[in-house]
Amino acid sequence: MQQIFNFVIRNKTLLLFLLLFGIALSLTIQSHSYHKSQFINSANSLTGGVYGTVNSIGQYFDLKEQNLILVEENVILREQLLNSSGRNQSIAIDSSFNDQRFEIISAEVYKNSYNSPNNYLTINRGKRDSIQQDFGVITSKGIIGIIDNTSNKFSTILSILSKKSRINAKLKSSNQNGSLTWNTTSPYFAQLEDVSKFSKVKIGDTIVTGGQSAIFPKGIGIGKIESFTTDSTGDTYTIEVRLFNNMTTLQHVYIIINNNSEELKTLENLNDE
Amino acid sequence: MNNSITSNIIRFIVLLLVQVIICNNINFLGYINPYVYVIFILLFPVNNNRLLFLILAFNLGLLVDMFLDSGGVHAGASICLAYARPLFLKYAFGTMYDHQNLKFGHTDIGALIMYVSGCVIFHHLIVYYLEIFNISQIILLLKKALFSSIFTVILCLLLILLFKTRK
Repeated sequence: MQQIFNFVIRNKTLLLFLLLFGIALSLTIQSHSYHKSQFINSANSLTGGVYGTVNSIGQYFDLKEQNLILVEENVILREQLLNSSGRNQSIAIDSSFNDQRFEIISAEVYKNSYNSPNNYLTINRGKRDSIQQDFGVITSKGIIGIIDNTSNKFSTILSILSKKSRINAKLKSSNQNGSLTWNTTSPYFAQLEDVSKFSKVKIGDTIVTGGQSAIFPKGIGIGKIESFTTDSTGDTYTIEVRLFNNMTTLQHVYIIINNNSEELKTLENLNDE
Repeated sequence: MNNSITSNIIRFIVLLLVQVIICNNINFLGYINPYVYVIFILLFPVNNNRLLFLILAFNLGLLVDMFLDSGGVHAGASICLAYARPLFLKYAFGTMYDHQNLKFGHTDIGALIMYVSGCVIFHHLIVYYLEIFNISQIILLLKKALFSSIFTVILCLLLILLFKTRK
């Protein structure tokens, strides 16, 4: 017993080092594994407070740019409204199906990163705004990512610029499905994998979300086809997608709440069993 | 003694804030960010308690990780650097370190450059190894580590020389 104590006292620095390094290593490994929320994350009041203070100063510098984005979005919405007004009147509205399927909450980006293999954003909405894990996040132009961790006031988003993210997407013209991934090289491009060789792929075609999961509704923009190559097996295409969003300058985002997601999830779980 | 404790506490907080507010948003050439918080580990008093030093380095790394959502990458690299620091001190300053009278305020500039660049390159290699976590991407790893090491070394030397206590 005496010897054990002596050993511990003699090597206390080494043992402390090994303990702390072990903790750091396990946190790192946890952060690399798919679909596990991080234990150490920036959705807490300390980091949120600091980023909030910085953001309240920094947001003045790109007001002009943000205004232009808003006007552009308004133009699109106005056009949709004017073009649809004539058509809608003939449809009888049944009040029993009037409840909304999707709700949208706006949020402000406090922290954005795009240069590490797994990128996260921090936003100023949390549990008290009824944000939960696995809600989709978009801007007026296209998708951003999926909610990962939430605290009371803040949440983190797993960006589509991440090795961990796989999002169901399709070609708008031919409805061919694939999954959107990122190869960590450029924040302006993502890759659409596993697209069947039988589909007609043309440079410049639009890629939109596929709507096969409860996270994103169908038909939200992602990007344009920049180039495409045949996979090493020769059966599928890997498509280089130029994203509509400039992921480096995000300020205002929208969170999509799918009111049917609970029901869909329980149904899927039933099928699995 | 009291003065040294206060200055280290202030350095801890200021470097952490400078790191997360300014340095993480530089993104020079798209991906190069300096990690200036290592200055705290570099300039921690030599004769002090090593256990306290390890715990402080770990906490500093963990706080940076919390701000960056990077798991335990910076905590791991900081604790390695803190543990391996005597080797770098011995290599760079030689006899001065052996006689236990090393003060960073008045060392010659050549030795200081050796010490800072050795420590920073060691730290950055671990950071990028843990972040990429894939040995098949070794070229990308070395490229990222090299470029951001150069950036960090220059910035660290400038900051250390700027805030040096004059005697």
